[in-house]
Amino acid sequence: MARIELNNLGHSYTPNPARDEDYALKPMQHVWEQGGAYALLGPSGCGKTTLLNIISGLLTPSQGRVLFDGKDVTSLPTEARNIAQVFQFPVVYDTMTVYENLAFPLRNRGLRGPAVDARVREIAELLDLTPDLNRRGRGLTADAKQKISLGRGLVRPDVAAILFDEPLTVIDPHLKWELRSKLKALHRALDLTMIYVTHDQTEALTFADKVVVMHDGRVLQIGRPEELFERPAHTFVGHFIGSPGMNVLPAELSGRHARVGGHTVALARGYRPISGGAAVEIGVRPEFTTLAPAGAGVPVRVRRIDDLGRLRIARVELAGLPLSATVPDGLEPAGEEASVLFEPAMIHVYADGALVEGAFLEGEAA
Amino acid sequence: MTLVLDKVSRRVGGQAHIEDVSLTLERGSLNVLLGPTLSGKTSLMRLMAGLDQPTSGRVLVDGKDVTGLHVRNRSVAMVYQQFINYPSLTVYENIASPLRVARRSRAEIDRAVREAAALLKLAPYLDRTPQQLSGGQQQRTAIARALVKKAQLVLLDEPLANLDYKLREELREELPRIFAESGAVFVYATTEPTEALLLRGNTATLWEGRLAQFGRTPDVYRRPANLTSARVFSDPPLNSMRVHKRGGQVVLATGDHWPARGVLAGLPDDHYTIGFRADHLHLTGPAAPADAEILSIGGTVAVSEITGSESFVHVDVGSDRWVAVTRGVTTVEPGERIETFIDPRRIFVFGQDGSLAAAPPLAAAA
Amino acid sequence: MDKPVNQRAWLLVLPVLLIVAFSAIVPLMTVVNYSVQDTFGNNQFFWNGIGWYQELLDPSTDLGGRFLDALWRNLLFSALILAIEVPLGIAVALSMPRDGWRVAATLVVMALPLLIPWNVVGTIWQIFAREDIGLLGWAVNRLGIPYNYTADPLSAWVTIVAMDVWHWTSLVALLCYAGLRSIPDAFYQAARIDGASRWAIFRNIQLPKMHRVLLIAVLLRFMDSFMIYTEPFVVTGGGPGNSTTFVSIDLVKLALGQFDLGKAAALSIVYNLIILAVCWVFYTVMTRMDAQRD
Repeated sequence: MARIELNNLGHSYTPNPARDEDYALKPMQHVWEQGGAYALLGPSGCGKTTLLNIISGLLTPSQGRVLFDGKDVTSLPTEARNIAQVFQFPVVYDTMTVYENLAFPLRNRGLRGPAVDARVREIAELLDLTPDLNRRGRGLTADAKQKISLGRGLVRPDVAAILFDEPLTVIDPHLKWELRSKLKALHRALDLTMIYVTHDQTEALTFADKVVVMHDGRVLQIGRPEELFERPAHTFVGHFIGSPGMNVLPAELSGRHARVGGHTVALARGYRPISGGAAVEIGVRPEFTTLAPAGAGVPVRVRRIDDLGRLRIARVELAGLPLSATVPDGLEPAGEEASVLFEPAMIHVYADGALVEGAFLEGEAA
Repeated sequence: MTLVLDKVSRRVGGQAHIEDVSLTLERGSLNVLLGPTLSGKTSLMRLMAGLDQPTSGRVLVDGKDVTGLHVRNRSVAMVYQQFINYPSLTVYENIASPLRVARRSRAEIDRAVREAAALLKLAPYLDRTPQQLSGGQQQRTAIARALVKKAQLVLLDEPLANLDYKLREELREELPRIFAESGAVFVYATTEPTEALLLRGNTATLWEGRLAQFGRTPDVYRRPANLTSARVFSDPPLNSMRVHKRGGQVVLATGDHWPARGVLAGLPDDHYTIGFRADHLHLTGPAAPADAEILSIGGTVAVSEITGSESFVHVDVGSDRWVAVTRGVTTVEPGERIETFIDPRRIFVFGQDGSLAAAPPLAAAA
Repeated sequence: MDKPVNQRAWLLVLPVLLIVAFSAIVPLMTVVNYSVQDTFGNNQFFWNGIGWYQELLDPSTDLGGRFLDALWRNLLFSALILAIEVPLGIAVALSMPRDGWRVAATLVVMALPLLIPWNVVGTIWQIFAREDIGLLGWAVNRLGIPYNYTADPLSAWVTIVAMDVWHWTSLVALLCYAGLRSIPDAFYQAARIDGASRWAIFRNIQLPKMHRVLLIAVLLRFMDSFMIYTEPFVVTGGGPGNSTTFVSIDLVKLALGQFDLGKAAALSIVYNLIILAVCWVFYTVMTRMDAQRD
């Protein structure tokens, strides 16, 4: 069981980091609770894999400490930490059977006899691997191999945390649904801390209780999926989460209104003037931006309609600025002329990328 | 050019990689090969390119039999999942390489390279080498090189699979426009249904080396010709159940009875498989009480996944696992018994042989 | 397939067929021709049928006994070479650096012995192992171990085996190294997390991944060592006595020394068939083992 503390943790590949850019991972302070499911989400090079390798012990941080349940493990090697890891490409010992693969970590720790057998069978049952127990690792499908990799972690009774490094990369879309729900069920059943690294927002959001959004070696926001969706703390979070991402438009603020490309958009909250020459933008998700016939809202030109099967997304331009909007059921847009309606409570204001808190005004809230 | 595969099969060591595939790809069209790993996408592309020879059947280009013709004598360009560029050459030289091989004039090469670079947004990076580029830019370079050749047939084998989710989204949106500007036949292999929907054009659904269906992408999605095609082209996976129609009643695999309404009404008595998509499985009853058509069945919640904008609720109904997509945040606890609702006018019905027996009218299926 | 395509293809293969015919088939047929005749010089030949073969394969005859002795020496030598070079090659490959500038340096050093011609290797060792002026021979004798490869059969064997190990272990090591390099890092990381010992990592990850290259290494080293000629010819000339007279050396003695063309021809054909047969057995056994692992 593990509660993971990152204490002023940072990593730099250069010997004497002076500037911010020298850090692959900028110094951070976080506590991850025992039994939580965390996802580290961000584009390549954002530092998520570096952070994962520090937690697993494959990499020693250049500064700060890692604590498991209050115990400093910063300098402990991987095998001395009670963690298991599942990699992007499944690691299966080809020459062994599935059974031997699962028993391997136990036998390496000197365990023998019926206890090993019972534990292996229990984990195989949990992962639906029982029918394959006597097959060789080689020749199994990618998803079965990935389950074996996971099983070798779960089989150890002492394991406190399981780390996943983009585990579904080589899995077909259909099987991703199965494996994802399997992972979630396991997490509920086993009370283990799980940390999941991915660039895929769907995987991160569906897996985790808390998603850690990273960019450029920095943690931008930690939150539940709905928080990240409804109130992104940074325009990058808004852009990165959601498909398509949040619409971000340069704006001028005046109290409860924003001027965007010569049009006025009503806000649900009031804002003080933002000083210091910061770039002011408003952000609103396509889900809260609805396409409407011309004249009903802010005028836009329709560029394209994407039919995604269960929803349609209109790509439009508002005074030359690209914007995505949801096309409501039953609306058949004709021609280029149309308009969009924003949900005022879901419009956020950002200064230099960071969320600005607004105040609800009595009687005027949405 | 028009590319025709006429009853093409390919067997390797007694194993069928491609089984009796006939396809006609028109000039200037974009064709998606959709199917899971090992469904024959790559094998089919290799046959189209002339890299492999079919065991039986013919390949025709503009009516001319090219079955035995070597790839070098065909007008083909290919883009792979791995980013394949010359590591020591600049982006400019990489894009120019096929033209240099073809001994074009310096001025002509320069014009063609700059045109392709502009189309793929590579203009600022022309002097860099591939290692100095992000994955997305590397793949853009590979695509530019394929386009600049002005080949009549351009094959893209899961070109976005190795890219970050967000980069994938970005390129995916640009590709239809990029393809539209060329006059070639494009063939695009993918495992992801969403990608097929976004690319539009035509889609061929593949399963175990066989062609399940070929047609305009929205048509294949809205009116699958058979159960296999519906399963391949569905993400989340298709919800399905075996049923038995007897008179005015439909007996479900769970033993429950439904009145034979909607598309079920006109069918002769027999065994069928019903299928419907995740967005047509509802967790709340009909909004208008007048809508008495809606059918319902009880199930047990297995897992619920929340992405912020949507929730995926996995429900066990009998021995089948169904997925329901709802907008916003739906929290249901695993193990909870819930009632699910289905509009019988939006169900696909497949006969014993898997072929479509009844389907909603096209307008309603949206 | 189209018919015209096929016929043109035959035409294209023709030059190769001609070259193979002149370089291999014609000389081989000459040898077959010699092996069924006897000659007393003056270009006079007499039909002898399968007489030479009978004599060769009958250990009670002079020729047969001589052949069998040489054959046993060959087999012993190949067995020793494989038993030493394969494990040693693996051990060397395992201890080679995985990255950094040392990789290039190690590769160059490892490749050096492979670049030296066979007869030069022989000459180097002939001098190196001499008890009077050779560094190795002199040093070993100074340690109190009697060592003289021109007089003592054991010394001669040790010299030839050591020379082959020095010359060819690099090849095995380089092949194994290539196999090891193809193992992704994740495998080692996963093994560490699984608590695997060094031996378990070798047994379950490295050895299976090296399996295919090892197959090639064993095959190459067997064929090469079984056909050994130049080095013992240069160093010991087959002696002392006949203690290092391998089949190939005996063949030359027969053909060029005694000018027994018929016997020599029969011997070379049998020798050839044995090499082919043993290689085939090796290959089938090892590929079958490979297939069973699936």
